[in-house]
Formats: sequence, structure tokens, C-alpha cells
Amino acid sequence: MSTVSLPTGTEPGPGAPVVPSAAGRRVGRRWYRQPALMSGLVIIGLIIIAAVAAPLLTSYNPTTQNLTASLLGPSAHHLLGTDQLGRDTFTRLLYGLRVDLRIAFIAVLFPFVLGTVLGSLAGYFGGWVDVIVMRLVDIVVAFPFYVLVIALVFVLGPGERSIYIAITIVGWVSYARIVRGEILVAKRQEYVLAAQSGGLSSLRIMGRHLLPNVISQAFIYAMSDIVQDILAIVTLGYFGLGVPPPTADLGSMINDGQNFLSTHWQLTTIPGLAVVLVGLGLSLIGDGLADILRPGQS
Amino acid sequence: MNGPVSGPANGPQTPEDPVTPDNATAEAPGRGPTVDPEPLLVATDLAVQFPVFSKLMARLRHTERMLRAVDGVDLDVRRGEALALVGESGSGKSTLALTLAGLQPADAGQIRLEGRVLPEHRSRDDRRRIQMVFQDPYSSLNPRLTVGSMLGELLRVHHVVPRDEVRSFSAELIRLVGLDEGALGAYPRQFSGGQRQRVAIARALALRPEILVADEPVSALDVSVQATILNLLRDLRRELGLTLLLISHNLAVVRHLCDRVAVMYLGRIVEVAPAEELFRDPRHPYTRGLLAAIPRLAGNTADDPAGEARPPALIGDPPSPLAIPSGCRFRTRCPLAQPRCEREDPALVAGPGGPGHLAACHYAFTPVPATASVSAAPAAPTAPEQA
Amino acid sequence: MSEPEGREAPRRRANQEMLTNEQLNPNVLEVEDLRVRIASKRGVVRAVDGVSFEVPRGEALGLVGESGSGKSMTLKAVLGVLPPEAHMASGQVRLDGTDLVRLSQSTLNRVRGPKISMIFQEPMSALNPVMRVGQQISEGPRIHLGYSRARAEERTLDLMRRVGIPDPERRYRAYPHEFSGGMRQRVMIAIALSCEPEIILCDEPTTALDVTIQDQILRLLVRLCQESGVSLVFVTHDLPVVAQVCQQVAVMYGGQIVERGDVHDVLLNPRHPYTLGLVRSAPDVEYVQDSLRPIPGAPPSLIDPPDGCRFHPRCDFAEDDCRTGTVPLRLLDGGRATRCLHYERCGEALAADRAAQGATQ
Repeated sequence: MSTVSLPTGTEPGPGAPVVPSAAGRRVGRRWYRQPALMSGLVIIGLIIIAAVAAPLLTSYNPTTQNLTASLLGPSAHHLLGTDQLGRDTFTRLLYGLRVDLRIAFIAVLFPFVLGTVLGSLAGYFGGWVDVIVMRLVDIVVAFPFYVLVIALVFVLGPGERSIYIAITIVGWVSYARIVRGEILVAKRQEYVLAAQSGGLSSLRIMGRHLLPNVISQAFIYAMSDIVQDILAIVTLGYFGLGVPPPTADLGSMINDGQNFLSTHWQLTTIPGLAVVLVGLGLSLIGDGLADILRPGQS
Repeated sequence: MNGPVSGPANGPQTPEDPVTPDNATAEAPGRGPTVDPEPLLVATDLAVQFPVFSKLMARLRHTERMLRAVDGVDLDVRRGEALALVGESGSGKSTLALTLAGLQPADAGQIRLEGRVLPEHRSRDDRRRIQMVFQDPYSSLNPRLTVGSMLGELLRVHHVVPRDEVRSFSAELIRLVGLDEGALGAYPRQFSGGQRQRVAIARALALRPEILVADEPVSALDVSVQATILNLLRDLRRELGLTLLLISHNLAVVRHLCDRVAVMYLGRIVEVAPAEELFRDPRHPYTRGLLAAIPRLAGNTADDPAGEARPPALIGDPPSPLAIPSGCRFRTRCPLAQPRCEREDPALVAGPGGPGHLAACHYAFTPVPATASVSAAPAAPTAPEQA
Repeated sequence: MSEPEGREAPRRRANQEMLTNEQLNPNVLEVEDLRVRIASKRGVVRAVDGVSFEVPRGEALGLVGESGSGKSMTLKAVLGVLPPEAHMASGQVRLDGTDLVRLSQSTLNRVRGPKISMIFQEPMSALNPVMRVGQQISEGPRIHLGYSRARAEERTLDLMRRVGIPDPERRYRAYPHEFSGGMRQRVMIAIALSCEPEIILCDEPTTALDVTIQDQILRLLVRLCQESGVSLVFVTHDLPVVAQVCQQVAVMYGGQIVERGDVHDVLLNPRHPYTLGLVRSAPDVEYVQDSLRPIPGAPPSLIDPPDGCRFHPRCDFAEDDCRTGTVPLRLLDGGRATRCLHYERCGEALAADRAAQGATQ
């Protein structure tokens, strides 16, 4: 094939400085300069390290009872004292964080995936797919979040598996809405038309062209969703519908400890504070990400 | 890279190529490949509508519910030619282009490619044959894909070349549009507007289409950059024997690049003619008004030695596409409007001069009856022809 | 609104001058050595870098350039409506002889409207969408000229007729979204005219309009200028448009004026390679060129412009003396000015073009 001869030197190559048009494209702020993101990462980082390193930080077993050492105050042996069954509070805190964090991070995944998939299909294809998905959304949304989650766990029986199922059934709708909305806008972009013109399959267009451009919004929402999931898990634990005892779990710890609020306030307050701290850290991360991932304003 | 499906002309033509009666266009020699009079793409009675209001709202507002963007269009595109679709906003030219390219379903009429009717959901192979370049260089490239990934994906999905040749073929493509190979690894945001349009053209050519539809390819670019893209399009046409459908509101660009012009108004084609003939002897009052309205670099005040501003070429605003006038849709702004124009919708017919020049006006080729009244606005452009 | 002590007295004097000035000055607007800087992450952008021009009473001056040339910033600096990250680093803007920069904010507000006004490219964003059109046009006369409501309404209807809005009595109460693009632009022109200014700044007012509507608006502007003697500064990137509206044109590149003169003179006989490049690269509806001649290269960085002539990296005629030092805008005879040291080459190139064209036709 002969190349068409074109005048050389017409316009610089791709490395040359682009005329400052930017036209609303993202301003890639240095992520490590983002105060919210950094403080959030530090908090969560420390908490995760503590939870993961639990066996190193404490020699006690979180479930072993020692009735002779019940309800001890904070001391050198028991940093936060013991509960009514003689279990070391600090240990239970760390192991409880382990359990609850793990469940929360996994639990956020299923609604994310399910909601994103359904939202994409609804947004891209429209028509009756959209109608069905949106009606399902309407049904789920009609119920208050906790009412539905608690009812589902109640029906399914307490335990980790039930938590996953319940949260997935209730949680996918937000992701579906967000992704559907983004896709409705993005699919009108000309690069999507170009992909269609190129004969690419709808699946490919959705997966390779549309989703990467819209997933950031779902991701940002996931950050706040984890917080909500942690609260839900703790709440379920509080009501005895979470992980069954004797596994350490922040919710059940709060429940157990509340009987001793006047004398041993740390039994119920410290787990509560831990939950607050985790929520704070995750929210900060979500805020920071939102700032970075959103198309920048100058 | 092989040229497109073989036609009567491939590769560069010498300026001495005689314009024979077989070539149905009156183009300047050396402008482009010889045109095959057999139409490659034919649109018959095409219509595209968009619902703007719900039935209730439309009734409440006493307005039409459907916006008839394309309202009965017959058009043929001949192999090897550069056809322009010209019109202002609301004319339907972009919608028509999208429909011909298969990106917008038609509500009525049919499109035939090489004689075969194209179904609503085109096959991958049919899609390959008509490719599009869009107006906005900033939204027509996926910001998350490098140029190389984008081209590679298309090449692989269509099996244009064997897998191991994808990279080298992409490099050839990108060089064809005047960028160097390093561009393959870059993201769209690293390019200027003109460069992005080049990338968009490379993408459109990757599948070796027969028809390239370009929707206002240079409108969003600076003037000095427009020239590079226009030259590129012209060179590519010559080299590859590409058929070009150019949508533009800029008649200067059209005159530079195209062999034939179709003028659209409110969803219909109102005139079709070879480019030179259209500029020299426009037959439809709208075309005349359009040409007269174009500001000239040297012309205007030279016509006004007294320095008084002349009345504008066309008065009034175009009607809303939701309220298309009865009979001839142009009559509300037409200086020649007669009572007949309100009753009868003129068809697009050829004049006595030849089958190549068509106009949709009762008085395109016949004079207005002497007793009838004509409004004061100028009926012919004062375009001085520079010899 | 408290002002620092030292600036009080001269400011008061300037205010007085502005408000009572008779129209003695032959130039309604004089801009001298205007410089506008914009703070950005990558450095200081010299968006306007030493621009000077005069606009005689009753005349229209065109400011032509591509994106990044600084033409819009110049207008905004004159009116004092620069965006927050931009500031006027130096220069004088004299309206009827009085420097606008030295005026207090309140006096400046009283000047905008009665003496100088502006029309913009996008009428939909320049008009208040929730305010009736008639109200927007009458606002000026009521506030600046102290008209009563009745008198202002009468004036508004008159203005609407002058700008060609049909059925003004009914349209008075309409909202902007009920108008088409061309009509909205006419509304904006009516607002700009409402207090009988001496000069109107136009920032690409027809770029977003269809060509037949553009034709109407341009002719309207020309007619209004002739009837009422108002001056214009008309910013555009479209050379034929400026030829239709303006008597004088200044071509801008890289934040500076590179050529100035009578509009037909400049466009048909350019004396700067950039102007020549613009003329050559634009397809003309009158005749077909075989090949358009684009201007090679890219616009200069406004943060770190090239030494010497800012156009030299892209110029066919560049020589050694073009690459260093600063190149001033020099006056030529016939009211022309150019920033090119070798401007005769443009004339030679044009003659060669025309000879070549004559040979092929």
C-alpha cells in the first residue's frame, strides 16, 4: 500500500504540549495530596493492620471463657478489661473487627456486581429490560432498608450466609440506578456510536467501552455502601441475628456490654467507637475518591 | 492495504483523464477518482421521526407529537463520488447521515447497498462497509483506550488482518493519516483537536469501508487546522478510491471537496446538482438564499458602493420541525411563493438541462407567471464568478 | 465600600470626569498596552500581551484570531468582566478619554450600559431564563437612565421593532426559551442598545447561528451602526464575517496584535505571514483551490512564548532576525501596521499564488 504523501511538520506529535483546551476532561489531581483520601486511608490502614495482626497483638483467644476473670477492669494483662464471661475485651475487639470487616467487604461485592450488571443492561438496551429492572427496583426501594434486611435474615436464619443474601437482595438497587443513569448518558457519546458502527457486539461495547467510563461512580458509591453494610452487620449482631456466638462480633459485643454500662462502660462503648472509626475512615476515602474521579473543576 | 471492492476506478487518476459521457459528473479534472454512475447506496422514501411529546401533551399544546427529522428522502450515492449533504440546523442532515450509516433506525423507507436492501439490524459485514467520522473530536474517541487498543480491537473483531499483523497494520493506518507510530500508545487526551480527528479518520478507515460518512468533520476545529483535515480527506479519496458523504453547513468546504451537492431543508432534499452547477446556477430559492447569505471575503461592500446594507437573503426564521408548513415547506420564507405553493408539495424533479440537476420547486425551471406577485427580497445571488 | 486613603482623590476625580464628559474625543475607545495574565497550575499564562488599538466614533473594528489568540480576553478586560483567575496586569482602557481602570466599582457599573455594553456568543446563557424578555430589555433604561416603567416599556417596544422582532407587544411578555436562536440574539442586541451606548463589544455573536440567520444579524448590526453611530468591537475567527461588518481589522496571534489596517486591504493584501496563512487555509466559496495551504505547527504556548516573533516557528519566511529579541508592531503607510520584519514576502507570495492560479484557469 502506498502511503499518501502529506506535508511534514503539520501539527506536532502526540508528545507535544496540547493546547490548553482540556474541554472538561478529568483533572488528574495527585491522589496523595488529597487530605480526605489520605487521612481515610491512614485510619483504615491502621485498623486493617490491627485486625490482620490480631494474633500478634494479643495472646488470648477471643472465645475462651474464664469465669474467674470476669468483669475485670483495664490492666496490664487485659488492656480493656474482660467481659462477663472472662474473655479479653481487647482480643474480642480485634477479632470482632476481623470478622465484621471481612463480612462487610465481601458483602458489598455482590450487590455491586449484580446492580452494575442489571443497571447496565437496563440502561443500554432500554425497552422492556429497562422496565422490568426498574420495577424490581421500585419494589425493593418501597421497603425501608433495615426492615427488609432484618426480615430476610430472620427468615433465612442467622449466620454469615444469610447476611450476604439479605444485603445483596436489598443493596443492588442503588448500584443499578447509578449505573443505569450513567450509561443512559454515556451511550449517546459519539465514541459509542463509533463502536456500534464498527460492528462491535453490544456486550463488548457495554463491557469494554461503556463500563470503564461509568464504573467510577459506582465505585464511589460502594465506599459509602460499605459503611452502611458495616452498620447493618453490627445492627444484626446487636439483635442476635448476625454471626452466632461465641464468635466475636462488634454488634453482639455492644449488646452484651450494655448491661454493664454504668460500671464497665468500655465493654459496650469501645466496640461502638470502633465502628464509628471504621465508618469515618471509609467515608473519608469515599470523599477523596469522589473528588479525584469526578471531572475536575479548575 | 488493498483498495475497496473493485470498481471502475482505483488509485490516483491523471489530470488528463477525459471526462466521458459515462462519467455523470462535471468535475474538475484531477479532483478525484472517476465516478461510477451506478449508485452504490440508495435511499428510498426514507423517514425518521422522534416523539417529542406524549400524546396528551401534544394535544394540550396543540402541536405535533412527532418531530419529522427526515421526511421522505430519496438519495443515491455513487461509487467513488464525494456527495455533500448541506443544510442548516433542523434540516435533518445529521439524522439522515446517521440513518444511512446504520446508527439510527428508519421509521419508513428503505436503504439499498449495491442493490440489496439493508435490514434494520445490519450484519457486521454490512456495517463494515459504511463507516463514520463525527463532528466533535473530544467525544468521539473513548478516553480510556489508547489509539492502538481502539484500532486493534476493530481489526481483530473483523479479522481484517491476521493476528500477528494487527500491530503493523495499525501503524500503517496511523501513518496514513499523518501521525507517527508513537501515537498508537497515546490516549486521546494527549492530542489536539485536529490530531484527534485524524485518529477518528484512521479508525473509520481501519475496516476498509467503501463509504465514509463525515458529519461536520472540521466544524469544531480552528480554521488553520481545518485545512489539514480537508486536504487529508481529499488525498485519501484519491488514493483509496473512497466514496465520501460529507455533511456540512459550510458551503466553502463543500465546494472544495465535493462533486455533487444535495441541499436539505426541514427534512427534505430540495435540490441536488453537481457542485459547480449548484454554485453557478442554483435553481431552488432556498439554495439561492443560502448562497447569498454567505459572507464574502471581498464581495459584500463592493456591491454596496453607496454603503447601504442590502436586505438579507432570507427573512424570517425557519419554521419549527414540529409545525411543517403545508404544501411546499419553504413557502413561508420564499420570495417567489405563490398560491399554488400552499396547496401542492413540489416533488424533486429534474430540469430540462439534464438528469443530474434536480429541484423541489414548482418554479425551479419554469418562470413564475407574469401576473403573479413576487416579494421584494432578492431572488438570485450576486456571487461574482472569478475567472 | 471603603477605599484605601491614597486612592480616594484621583478616583473621585476620575468618576466625575467619566460621568460629565462631553464627547470630545474622536476615538470612543482607546486601549493601550493591555496585558492580561491568568494564573494556572503550569505557570502564568500571558493571555493578552501588549495589545493597543483605537476605535473611532461610529466605526467598527474587527478582532480576528483563532482560539488562544486572546481576542475574547481582550474584550472582557475592556469591560472589566474578566474571570476570577485572570487579572489585568497593566495597560489603559480609555473610554471617551477616561481610564476605566481607575474608576470605582460603582461608577464602572454606571458606565456599563449607558456607554459601553456587550453581546455574547451564546444568547441562551446570556439571557436570564426566568425573566421575561421585555423586562430584561427595560432593566437598563430603568436603572441607568431613570425611566419610569411606562417610558421604559415604550422604549423596549421601539427597540424590539428596531432589531426586527415581530409582534413586539406579544413577545414582550415571553421568556427566552420561547425564542429561536436568531431571535434571542436580537433580544441581546436590543438589551445592548437599550441605554444608547457609544460602543458595543461583540464576542463572536453569530458563530453559533445558521448562515441565513447570521446574514440577518450581521446586516442588522451594520444598519444599526449606520443609523445610530454606535461603534463596534467585533471579535470573530471568521474572516469573511469581519469583512462584512467592520472597516478596520486587527489580527491577533499569541496574545498580540500582529497586523492592523483597513479590512479589505488586510484580507486581500496581508502583510503578515499569519494573516496570509489564514487567508490561504480557508476554503472560499467563490472558487476552488486545488489544495488548501494549512499553517504548519501549533499555536504558541502562552506561558513560555517563543523568543523573537511568536509566529516564527511556523513561518515560511522566518530569518535569523525573527528568532530573537522582541518584534514591535510597526506602522506602515496607509493606516496599516504589522509585526513582521519581512512583510514584503507576503506580497510576493500572493503574487506567485495568483500567477499559479491564472495558469491553471
